Amino acid sequence: MFRSAVKLITPWRLIMAAFLATGAVLVFFRFTRGLGSVTNLSDQTPWGMWVGFDILAGIGLAAGGFVMAAAVYVFNLKRYRPMVRMAILTALLGYIIFIVGLILEVGRPWNMWRVITNPNIHSPLYEVSLCVMAYTLVLILEFSQVFFEKFGWDRLMAVFHRLSVMLVILGALISTLHQSTLGTLFTIAPSKMHPLWYSPLLPVHFFLSCIAAGLGMVCFESFLSERFLKHPPRMDLLARIARFMAVMLTVYFIFRIGDLAVRGVIGLAFTAGFAALLFWLENLLFAIFPIIMVFRQRLNIGRTALFVVSFSVVLGFIMHRFNVAITSFHLVKDAGYFPSWMEFVVTACLISAGFIAAGLAVRFLPVHGGETAKSKN
Amino acid sequence: MAIKSSGLLIDITRCIGCGACSENCKKVNDLPPEIDDKLTAETWTVVREKDNDLHVRDLCRHCVEPACVASCLVAALTKTEHGPVVYDKSVCIGCRYCMVACPFQVPCFEWHSPNPRIRKCILCEPRVREGKSTGCAEACPTEATVFGDRETLVEMAKARIKADPKRYHDHIYGLDEVGGTAVMFLSPVPFEDLDFNTHLANYPLSDITWNILRQVPTIVAGGAVFLGASYWLFNRREKVKKAEQMVEPGPEKETDDV
Repeated sequence: MFRSAVKLITPWRLIMAAFLATGAVLVFFRFTRGLGSVTNLSDQTPWGMWVGFDILAGIGLAAGGFVMAAAVYVFNLKRYRPMVRMAILTALLGYIIFIVGLILEVGRPWNMWRVITNPNIHSPLYEVSLCVMAYTLVLILEFSQVFFEKFGWDRLMAVFHRLSVMLVILGALISTLHQSTLGTLFTIAPSKMHPLWYSPLLPVHFFLSCIAAGLGMVCFESFLSERFLKHPPRMDLLARIARFMAVMLTVYFIFRIGDLAVRGVIGLAFTAGFAALLFWLENLLFAIFPIIMVFRQRLNIGRTALFVVSFSVVLGFIMHRFNVAITSFHLVKDAGYFPSWMEFVVTACLISAGFIAAGLAVRFLPVHGGETAKSKN
Repeated sequence: MAIKSSGLLIDITRCIGCGACSENCKKVNDLPPEIDDKLTAETWTVVREKDNDLHVRDLCRHCVEPACVASCLVAALTKTEHGPVVYDKSVCIGCRYCMVACPFQVPCFEWHSPNPRIRKCILCEPRVREGKSTGCAEACPTEATVFGDRETLVEMAKARIKADPKRYHDHIYGLDEVGGTAVMFLSPVPFEDLDFNTHLANYPLSDITWNILRQVPTIVAGGAVFLGASYWLFNRREKVKKAEQMVEPGPEKETDDV
């Protein structure tokens, strides 16, 4: 036990520990001196990096959980079974981090329970809150099978098996709702957002893009898992996932461009300037480059290529959410917001916590494989 | 009982920029006396001077169907029957979605408080409820800001434009913008020149979100049917494959899938 504890100290872990320590201090300041003491937010920029990254991007990247679960349990694509638990774990950790992030982000978190007692069904944010609560519960239940297996609770495992499909369908429905509703949030501000990002169809944009991004994250974390946990990636499965991801990216990209064309603002994408630059950089990273790379190589896509592609998708996706939540507002009325270093550190802190939790889960729980999977790890 | 919804008419041609409205607002709402140069948590109305020697008040517009009220997930912001849009800190979670939603960038936040509130003009709700005028209208020496019920104010504005069309740009800002606001403006020049948000539709912003949210039951029902049917279809195929001879001929649809 002790020797393994010593082995736990690695350079990466030291960096994460430093983030966590600094983050703890910042969280203290945030709760004693207000949000303004650690963030660069203002009355002109009420939502910044924490909303864009921790919440919008974080929730979107966790979409791999419901997509993979639906693929295996509903569409009976059994070959992906070895990857389901990891996808569900990522989603669960993503949502827990999101909830922690939310407690830091909102001004009066002690009132959060009011969502239950004072609902306003006309608010898209109410729907998001309700769905996030419900889906976190579903994810906990879905992930509970790992504990049942670990501790050999066969009876509970049997109950789980009987309920699994119901749970997965419920999870997919709730996810569809809140992933898209995160986009609906912004439809209320048409005059405040740049037309390259505002659309009355933002919920559809958010839904389509989260599926691709969730799968991108599944691929990306397989490589992280190899790098940090010495768990070899299942290239055969990843290549198929990447292909489906590329299909979804194509659907998204056509929808994105079509939407601009129908609304008659496509010209803005070809008007030299910062907005067009951001637009193309975002779409190059998120859609164009990954689509070309994956379709050119089909199922023979190599490890490095797949790593680069998935990283590009994740990055491009984060950029899209940032552009919707922050940049598009500033392109209309520049309020001079750039995240403070403290906002970066707290975000890094949340990501580190996620990594640590994922690492511990993989180490101590049968996350990889399990059930019918007899993988070579 | 017919309660008239109140509002303000602000006539920019009459405003001399004295700032008495801001001062009295501070007094009647118990706010610290320093007047900031833009709306803040402690300054609920300001008078900004435009280069063309015009003075423009900024304050909450108390929309007829406010985006902030629709966006607030815990209904901390509400539109009262008397007209004011008011705030209840006891339920607010501080998410600041109201600030994102407001087309006039009115709600402000106490960024340096550990117990922060959303702060904005409340159209002197306690006074208005008692039938009194707002602090700003009461203090205005030139009647550039007039308090009254909204319908009367609209008539007044129309009459002023009609009586002196040269003096006024022919538009009442707030009559139709985002479905109408309780605070309305008259101006000698187009509102664009005064940096007003002139990209607003004539329907409430909450119509957009509600038209999307209304679809939720349909999406849930459709999604449940789709996923349920997919499960049945994809898993049945396998069962059938496994025990082909045991299968009884089902309805036509099923045999198609086998």
